[in-house]
Amino acid sequence: MSDNLLNIKNVSKEYYGNKVLKNINIEVKKGEIHALIGENGAGKSTLMNILFGMSVIHTTGGYEGTIEIDGKEVNIKTPHEAMLHGIGMVHQEFMLIPGFTITENIKINREITNTNIISRIFGKRYENLDFKKMDKDARKALDTLDMGIEEYSTVAGLPVGHMQFIEIAREIDKTGIKILVFDEPTAVLAEAEAQNLMKAIRKLAKSGIGIIFISHRLDEIIDVADKVTILRDGEHVVTKDIKDTSAVEIAQLMVGRKVSIDRSEATARKKSDEIILSIKDLRVAMPGENVKGISLEVKKGEILGIGGLAGQGKLGIANGIMGVYPSKGEVIFNGNKLTLNNPMLSIKSGLGFVSEDRKGIGLLLDESIELNIAFTAMQINNGFLTNYGPFKLKNSKEIRKHALEMIKELDIRCTSPTQATGRLSGGNQQKVCVARALTQNPTLLFVSEPTRGIDIGAKKLVLDELLKLNEKYGMTIIMTSSELAELRSICDKIAIICEGKVEGVLSPLAPDADFGLMMSGSRKRDVVRSDS
Amino acid sequence: MQNTTGERLKNKKDSSWILDNIVTIIFIVFTVVGFIVSKDVSLNYFLNELTSRLFRNAFLVLSLIIPVLAGLGLNFGIVIGAMAGQMAIAIVRYFTIGGVSGLFLCFLIALPIAALFGYFAGLLYNKTRGQEMIASLIVGYFANGIYQFLFLYTVGAIIKVNPTHPMINPSGIGVRMTVDLFPVKDGGLKYALDNIMKIPFMWAVLIVSVFILAIIVLSNNNKKKKSKKTPMYFLNVAACTIMIFISVFSIVTNNSLMQVNKVPVVTAILIIALCIFNELIMKTKLGQDFRSVGQNQHIAAVSGINVDRTRIIATVMSTVFAAWGQIVFLQNMGTLNTYNAHTQIGMFSVASLLVGGASTSKASNRHAIIGVLLFNSMFIMSPDIGKALFGNALLGEYFRTFMVYGVIGLALGLYVWKTNKKSRITLE
Repeated sequence: MSDNLLNIKNVSKEYYGNKVLKNINIEVKKGEIHALIGENGAGKSTLMNILFGMSVIHTTGGYEGTIEIDGKEVNIKTPHEAMLHGIGMVHQEFMLIPGFTITENIKINREITNTNIISRIFGKRYENLDFKKMDKDARKALDTLDMGIEEYSTVAGLPVGHMQFIEIAREIDKTGIKILVFDEPTAVLAEAEAQNLMKAIRKLAKSGIGIIFISHRLDEIIDVADKVTILRDGEHVVTKDIKDTSAVEIAQLMVGRKVSIDRSEATARKKSDEIILSIKDLRVAMPGENVKGISLEVKKGEILGIGGLAGQGKLGIANGIMGVYPSKGEVIFNGNKLTLNNPMLSIKSGLGFVSEDRKGIGLLLDESIELNIAFTAMQINNGFLTNYGPFKLKNSKEIRKHALEMIKELDIRCTSPTQATGRLSGGNQQKVCVARALTQNPTLLFVSEPTRGIDIGAKKLVLDELLKLNEKYGMTIIMTSSELAELRSICDKIAIICEGKVEGVLSPLAPDADFGLMMSGSRKRDVVRSDS
Repeated sequence: MQNTTGERLKNKKDSSWILDNIVTIIFIVFTVVGFIVSKDVSLNYFLNELTSRLFRNAFLVLSLIIPVLAGLGLNFGIVIGAMAGQMAIAIVRYFTIGGVSGLFLCFLIALPIAALFGYFAGLLYNKTRGQEMIASLIVGYFANGIYQFLFLYTVGAIIKVNPTHPMINPSGIGVRMTVDLFPVKDGGLKYALDNIMKIPFMWAVLIVSVFILAIIVLSNNNKKKKSKKTPMYFLNVAACTIMIFISVFSIVTNNSLMQVNKVPVVTAILIIALCIFNELIMKTKLGQDFRSVGQNQHIAAVSGINVDRTRIIATVMSTVFAAWGQIVFLQNMGTLNTYNAHTQIGMFSVASLLVGGASTSKASNRHAIIGVLLFNSMFIMSPDIGKALFGNALLGEYFRTFMVYGVIGLALGLYVWKTNKKSRITLE
């Protein structure tokens, strides 16, 4: 037991009689990178909440089992105690204050102070801040991560990758940091940034810090971790050495059923040569996803994939055409010129949109499933409305009937159509979004990041659903995704976006190397035609 | 401004200078126009009024700064601090303890009362997160009810008092509408602070100008990074130099400006002390916590800062300073207007701070002092403008009210509009 930094022994947790964690055992050694993986709802966050002494654990009756740090049993009741025990966390969503300098962010609530007369009387909180020492410490932490950035610049306006590193710098600056938890650290990073992060994580592990690495990306885990623990439905499935396992095996153990991202060749596809959507020199001002002049043509009945690294502008295309962000350029849809910057006209002309920002603009989280499904139709097409003279009332019966149909057809798992969408899991929320877009009867459907934040099992279902729509109704689909594998599994051709422009259009069967090169922008304008 | 992917919207360049300072500019123009159109206002009268109002109100306005920095917005709840101050004065007046010792006893008595009120207000603000300003406004009205009950009924009916005391209503129940605070020589509190030491106005101008000039020059040379000497820097230096010349000139020639009322030194020192306190507290751990909480409560909480406690401390400080501010205010007025003295100070102090260029998320000593000067200039000028333009001084009075509420509305509206404009996205 001597070299185990962290021992989680037989930890169980109940929420109101509902067992969410059952006898979890995890050991983390010094300098070990321990990956933790599991579907959404497998219990990863509950486990981390226990480790950090979050109040949600203790207000619901605490947990069973023991946690040992350096062989000594501890009972962590607050995040502050966790910090004192040497546990740090790099959050998925950045915990940085934009108006503060990097130093201030790194040193937040751990400021170095000097005593003065007043503080001797009134206590530590009245001590003066020592910015010189704080800057020095911040510099040291940044140097450890090979960050050349100045510690006195403000965080606002820094690239996303830098912010992540500042988060890490803050954690390693904590004295006596023993265990560092990374919660989906690469979710918001581009590939190159993610690579840098992996390098930094390895370096930290070498310095003797135990690392718990939570990620959905299997290749990253294979790449960086020493051991992997798989959770499923609150149960500890297995802990394995990385060298004894493979991505396929981990994925299988995680979902407990066979998964394949194999390309399923559809049979009854109706594709024509007619061009349904033609985009010329489209520019979109979407923060972080600027589109700088894109031209594309989409044929009727086709599934077009749009891929590329995060921040290169692939998400901006759909958002621009649908009028969510200011845009400029010429878009011809079904032979008519589309008026840009007007979401209503875009929807009316027969374009459907399933946004990547499910919780932001995709759903009314506090409203029922049925209302969410009918909402756009009511607003735009006067659907589900009955006229009583000058008043329009919603037709609840129609809405219910339609919602039930959609729930059945898309297999939305819910207690009833009146359940609030905020309570649904990610995959089911996504299905509600799709159902709402379908209620418009769109001729062309934009789907952005349909599988973001959804576990592997649900991913497959969403993709199958898209394929089915295309087959059954001949719907043209433009799917934007960061996950190349998923684009390659259903798309007819894939446009790769780099620096706001189309880098090239590839066949899904093209070799990996072609995709990799295009995404990094190293094959300028070398267009490979799709052959399917 | 953090969206789901953690990316930040690129802020456009700062909006124009005029727009940022529109409220301040309106008030400067108003005062200048007032001087042009009204013939009855002499410079000496204006300066007399302005200085006495500055020393009367500055402390109250300065008490608003900490809550703004701690993210609580404009604390209209300083009204309850003022009530605490008035309770202290009432107690001291009842036992007729006068002079400087009586005044400091007031400060001492007001401290625990205001701290307790501030604590309760802080608890309320923590429960009404995001609506602190409205909560603070309402808590002022609510507390006024309790205050009236206390002063109108409890004193005399429950708390036994001497029914023949000049403070008490002839019926023996309740405190009179107005209570005279007596000059110090008769054992009262009137001018207890102001009259400790006074110096001629122009001497004060000279001292302050030299002081400000020294600060500007020193702080500009002190910076490590080569700070560019902006036009603003030269403008400030020039303004200070001119003020020094004018004051030296009048002291030497003993012209009419020397006739302006003398300036209370100790009151001024107290005000400066609060300014320095506001500066220093922000350089401490507590001040950094105020800023962290003010910028983002969630992040502060995750970092282990006790957000609720920090916000309560900010409210308590503000309330205590407001209580002391009200004591400074009343010793200058010389009478305690028992049921009215506190009711307006929330609005007027907030309006003053906003006129100085503050907003719900930024405020400084500079904003407070400039604001007090400009806001009270408007107050002094408006009856005369009313008389000169409409032949009726009363219209000027109406104008005052209009300006007070107008400026609060305008400043709040502009703030929201500016924030929206900053985050608006455009092509190129």
